[in-house]
Amino acid sequence: MNTRITHIASNTFREAVRDRVLYNLIAFAVLLSGAAILVGQISIEIEKLVVINLGLTAVSLFGIVISIFIGIGLVSKEIEKRTLYTVLSRPVRRWEFIVGKFFGLAGTLVVNTFFMAIGVFGALFYVAHKFQASDSWVLVALYFIVLQFLIICALALLFSSFSSPLLSAVFAFSLFVIGSFSEDLRGFAQMATGATRWLVTGVSYLVPNFSALNIIASVAHGRPVSGQLILHNSAYALLYSAMALSAAILIFQRRNLK
Amino acid sequence: MSHPRQVTLAASLLLGACLLGSAFSLRRVDQLRTDPASEDLLFFRSPKLLQRMSLGYDGLLADVYWTRTVQYFGARHAAHASHYRQLAPLLAITTTLDPHLMVAYEFGANFLSPQPPYGAGMPDDAVKLVEFGIENNPDNWRLYYDLGFIYYMDMKDYQRAAEAFARGAKVPNAHPVLKILAAQMAQHAGDTQMARALWTTTYQSTEDKQIRANAMAHLRALRVADDVTALEDLVAQYGQKTGQLPKSLADVVAVKLLPGIPLDPTGHPYKLTGSGRIEVEVPDDIPFLEKGAPPGYKPPPPQNLESLPR
Repeated sequence: MNTRITHIASNTFREAVRDRVLYNLIAFAVLLSGAAILVGQISIEIEKLVVINLGLTAVSLFGIVISIFIGIGLVSKEIEKRTLYTVLSRPVRRWEFIVGKFFGLAGTLVVNTFFMAIGVFGALFYVAHKFQASDSWVLVALYFIVLQFLIICALALLFSSFSSPLLSAVFAFSLFVIGSFSEDLRGFAQMATGATRWLVTGVSYLVPNFSALNIIASVAHGRPVSGQLILHNSAYALLYSAMALSAAILIFQRRNLK
Repeated sequence: MSHPRQVTLAASLLLGACLLGSAFSLRRVDQLRTDPASEDLLFFRSPKLLQRMSLGYDGLLADVYWTRTVQYFGARHAAHASHYRQLAPLLAITTTLDPHLMVAYEFGANFLSPQPPYGAGMPDDAVKLVEFGIENNPDNWRLYYDLGFIYYMDMKDYQRAAEAFARGAKVPNAHPVLKILAAQMAQHAGDTQMARALWTTTYQSTEDKQIRANAMAHLRALRVADDVTALEDLVAQYGQKTGQLPKSLADVVAVKLLPGIPLDPTGHPYKLTGSGRIEVEVPDDIPFLEKGAPPGYKPPPPQNLESLPR
C-alpha cells in the first residue's frame, strides 16, 4: 500500500477514535456480562448459547451501525468542512483518498471487533469454565462478520461519494436489510418466468448477500464450517467490496468539487 | 460556591429527584394496570415471519423465545393454571427460529405432555414438537426416545411407543437401550417394570440436574406403587388367614407375613387404613404418586424436585 493511502487510513482511524467510536465497547461489555450472569437464572440450559448468539449478534450490529454512520460521513464531512480541498491540493489522487478512507474505517472496525472478540471469549469462559475445540468456530463467525463490515464500509463510502449523509444512511441500511433477504429474492426469481425472472435474478446478484456470511446460530451449536465456505465467502466479500469501492472511485473521480 | 458549581449541584439534585419520581410513578402505573390478558399476549404468531424479521440473527431471537417459554410455563405452573394456550406456539416459534435447539425439544415436550399439575396436558402438541425436532435432527437418538416416552407415558399408545424406540435404535450411535425398549414393549407394555426401565434410562442418559431429579421422583413414585401393591396383597392374605383385616401393619408383621414395617422412599413407615388400604405418611414429599395417596388427595403446588428429601 502506498504511503499516501496509509496516511489517510491512519488519520481516518485516529479520527474515529477521537470521535469516541470505541466507547461502544463499554456498552458491549455491560451487555455481555449482564447476559452471562442473568440468563442462567431466568432460562434453562442456554447460557453458553446466549453468550455466543448475543455476543456475535452485538459484534455484528454494533459494527454495522458504526460502519454505516461513520462511512456515510467520510467523504461528505470532508467536503462540508472543506478539509478535502487541503488534502487534494497535495499530491494525493482522488482514488487514493477513497481507498485510504476505506482502509481506515475497516481498520477501526477490525480493532473494535478484536476487543469485542476478547469479551465474547471471556464471557464464554465465565459460563462454561473451559474452552472446547468447537469454540474455535466462533473465530470463523467473527471473521465472516468482519467480511460483512468490509462490504458495508464500501457501500457506505459509495453512497457517501455522491449523496448526502442522511440519504447515504438510508441507502446503506436498506441495502443491509435487502441483503439479508437476498436468498429469498433468488427464491422468488425461481418462481417467476420470462423477463421478470431475469430481472429479479439480476437484482438478487447485484445486492449484497449477507445471509451466507451470517453463521452465528450454526457456530453457537458448535457446528463446523467448511473450508470451501470460508474460501468462497472470503472471495465474495473481497470482490463485492472491491466492486463497490471501484464504483465509489468512478463517481468521486468525476465529481465536480468546485 | 462558584456559579458553575451551583448549577452542577442543582442539576444533579434535579436529576436524582426526577429519577426517583419517575420510578415511583412507574410503580404506581404498574399497580393500576392489572390486566392479566397482557401476560398471554403473543404479538407474532407466525414463526416464519419472525424468522424473516430477525434479519439473520435468528439464533439470538430463538434464545429470547426459549427464555420466554420457560418464564411462561414456570409462571403458569406455579399458579396451578388450568390452561397453557401460548405454550405450543411459543415452542413452535423457538424451534423454527433455531431447529437445532435441543433443550427446547427435550424440556418443551416435558412441559407440554404430562397431565396437570405437572404439565400442560397437551401430549399431541408434544408429539408434533418432537417430530419437528426429528425432522431437523434425524441423527439425535434422544428425540426418538422422548417421542416413545410421550407415547408410552402420557398417551398409553404402546404400539407407537415401540415404533418410536425402533426408529431411534436405527440411528448411528443410538443408546443400546432403545433396541431393548422396542423389543420389550410388546411383552411388558403397561407394566411398572417398563415404566421403571424408561425412567432409569432417562436418569442415566442425562447430565441435566433437573431432568435427573424429575426421573428420580418418578422412580420413587413407581417404587411406592410396587410397595403398595405388594403390601395390599399381604393385607388380603392376612384377611384370608385370620378372617379379619389387620388393625395395623404390626399385625401383619406379627403373623410373619412381613419381616418388619416397611419404609417408603422418604424414610417414613407405610400406614394401613381401616379399609385395608396402604398409604404413605407424607404424600406431599412424593410427587407423581399413582398409588399410596389418601382418597381425594390433591398434589400441592409444583416444587423444586431437586430439593425433595432423598
